[in-house]
Amino acid sequence: MANGYAGKLLEVNLSRDKISETVISERILKQYVGGRGLAAKILWDRLGKRWSTIDPLGPRNILLALTGPLTGFIGGGRTCISGKSPASNGIAGSTIAGEFPIELKCAGYDGIIVSGKAKKPVYILVTDGKAEIRDAKKLWGLDGKQTLKEINHEVNDLLEKREPLFGLWKDAGVLYIGPAGEKLCRASAVISKWAHGAGYGGYGALMGSKKLKAIVAKGTGPLPDVADPKAAQALLEREYAAARDSWQMRVWGTGAGGFRTGNVPSSEPQRNWQEEYHNMRSIGVPNYETTIWVKRYWSDYGCPVACEKLSCVTNGPLKGAITDNPDYEAMAYCGTNLGVYDPEGNTYITSVVEDMGFSSINGANIMGFAAELFQRGILTKEDLGGIEPKWGDAKAMGELAKLIAHRRKIGKVLAEGTYRAAVEISKIKGIDCMPYAVQFKGIEVGAHGMRSGLGFGAPMGIGYALGTQGGDHTSQAKPPFGEADVTLGDTMVFCTIGTRITRQEVWDFYKAVTGWTITNDEWLNTYGRRIVQIQRAAILIGGPDITWDAARDDDNPQRWYQPLPTGPKAGSAPTHAEFLEARKKAYEAFGWDEKGIPTTAELKRLGLEDVDKALAPLRK
Amino acid sequence: MSQPAPVTKIWIMRDYPKCSGCRLCEVACSLKHEGKIWPEASMVRVFMQTPGVEVPHLCTQCSDYPCVNSCPTKALSVNQTTGAVAVDNEKCKACGICIKACPGKIPHLHPDRKRIVICDLCGGDPQCAKVCTAMGFNTLMIYPRVPDITYNLYAKTPADLTKNLAYKFYGEKAKELI
Repeated sequence: MANGYAGKLLEVNLSRDKISETVISERILKQYVGGRGLAAKILWDRLGKRWSTIDPLGPRNILLALTGPLTGFIGGGRTCISGKSPASNGIAGSTIAGEFPIELKCAGYDGIIVSGKAKKPVYILVTDGKAEIRDAKKLWGLDGKQTLKEINHEVNDLLEKREPLFGLWKDAGVLYIGPAGEKLCRASAVISKWAHGAGYGGYGALMGSKKLKAIVAKGTGPLPDVADPKAAQALLEREYAAARDSWQMRVWGTGAGGFRTGNVPSSEPQRNWQEEYHNMRSIGVPNYETTIWVKRYWSDYGCPVACEKLSCVTNGPLKGAITDNPDYEAMAYCGTNLGVYDPEGNTYITSVVEDMGFSSINGANIMGFAAELFQRGILTKEDLGGIEPKWGDAKAMGELAKLIAHRRKIGKVLAEGTYRAAVEISKIKGIDCMPYAVQFKGIEVGAHGMRSGLGFGAPMGIGYALGTQGGDHTSQAKPPFGEADVTLGDTMVFCTIGTRITRQEVWDFYKAVTGWTITNDEWLNTYGRRIVQIQRAAILIGGPDITWDAARDDDNPQRWYQPLPTGPKAGSAPTHAEFLEARKKAYEAFGWDEKGIPTTAELKRLGLEDVDKALAPLRK
Repeated sequence: MSQPAPVTKIWIMRDYPKCSGCRLCEVACSLKHEGKIWPEASMVRVFMQTPGVEVPHLCTQCSDYPCVNSCPTKALSVNQTTGAVAVDNEKCKACGICIKACPGKIPHLHPDRKRIVICDLCGGDPQCAKVCTAMGFNTLMIYPRVPDITYNLYAKTPADLTKNLAYKFYGEKAKELI
């Protein structure tokens, strides 16, 4: 068996109530590694030939929850969630933190493939070398916090009953969905620990379509054997040292960006991206740590950085709201983007959004879009079931999140995600709403703008426009290597924030754990490229409800061409001509032809002849 | 010839509200005792019955050692140098009686289900507290042990501790969460 891997995947067919195991060959593991890479390979092998006909919310789609060889060994465990994306109709590798991947590997599995559709709500419980499909009737409809509470009680009681002599059972790792996932909101996330989400891709809806409320893992075995234990332990210690050096990330978390990103690089969404600059000192770390943080360091399994901070509003009208940090993305999207600049309001909105089963980015992007339509009088109080989502009104924004998650009134349309909602509301109201939709290929964009040219967003916005994961800020196609570069963390499956070691040390870690070698050049030119080209093919083929046209859709949202109205970079925005010029160059750098399609030569070089064949109709 | 320094008995102080849930203690413990990362074999286990409430659970070395006294096969004894409970793996029948005897239900079976797992203080050099302190979390810290009945009170179940901490962190909201 390959070192670093448990050696098998669990297969659960919910239509047939069938559980089995799949062994991935060493050859495939060497090529596609794990996580996002292996997900692309499995999806393409199983669904590639009929990709355009597969309804992401139909029973033929499959849901993947995969670890990678470095999961558990390198600090900070994550799980990569994938499938045909209900948001983009392509493939996203969406990772989520928590204890789940460690428990899964300790139970003897590198990942889970869920196919089919259950007749009634269920959850999957994985224990040592076994799995069972269990009734989730009483969990269906519950919000995030209640879901987790019920699962923890039920699973704990069950394990104790089965093995009364074992002693107390430490709690299982749990991935679950909230009401938004159950109601098939295309922006809904897979959630863990109340506040973590695999948001990009809309995989909460994929779980919901299978009537799968949760996946629970409890393993008692060790992590798999590693090739060179001494070297792996030395690298772990090296990582701890690197974490200690990253004191800002440890002490402040990403939340320091709440003030900084708007104030300095001027690239933080304000009121649905109408501006990207602010000077609101109230949304800075000192305010958060002295009001709502009840724990400065909050970690997931094995993470020495602890960038999360436990937050709770303990008094006032928003009392009882709980989340982590809020981290930068949540500060921006559930804060500044909704005109909210105080820790309590920000925590409250984040808490509701997560309880409903959205990630703070995707769910709150739709809310910002809806609030702007309300600002402009396009959506009325009546459309919104009596809610008036005025900028800065945290309570109203919380109600808006619930309206969307439960598909009430106009929430039924908004639940389809910002892009689809913009198309539909334009029709309903007879007004073009696309200028207010800030998203890429059906996936709402992360809280990093590019108009100022100073932010985390790639120049000209080509990072998002050419990304295979739409608005995913962690997977921007930045030249020269594009996403081939950033597929690494999602594929080895480690946290790119929690892992502070150098790229070379990652390769050393990979060798220490698996005994195999990959060089950085090989990753950028071959391994990573192979993953990206499959993802690119999938999103170009798309379907069935939407097919993206590269000429039209490899582009920024309209708003991002409007000059910034305020801040040190007021007046700044790329022109469309500049963007098209940059796009043309990037197409070439990424191995794509002038239509944005991966070239036959490139696909042959990577051994992806079947992908080339599937793309033939698009070349005409 | 110089003599080895006498081992001062130690206690692992636990500052529960500070625990980040990073489980570096579990990683360090299992690497030391098992040579691999093995969360359920770790002598310290971090419970998380509700998110944000992480509870490191490990032996506190009660002055009256109820676990040792309960063992029907005399598999448990007290290491006179460190004060830690020593497990004789040959004699242990994995009956679980010591778990019931512990007011905090701290011992648990090794995942091989053949023996009990109880903290051995790493012979006086506990790896869990070392990594916790080195990383600045300071949830588990090494202190010299002085005669005091208070140690016994740390034999507490995760459920009890979770309830206390949840109310401390979340106020009345805790009622809905645990």
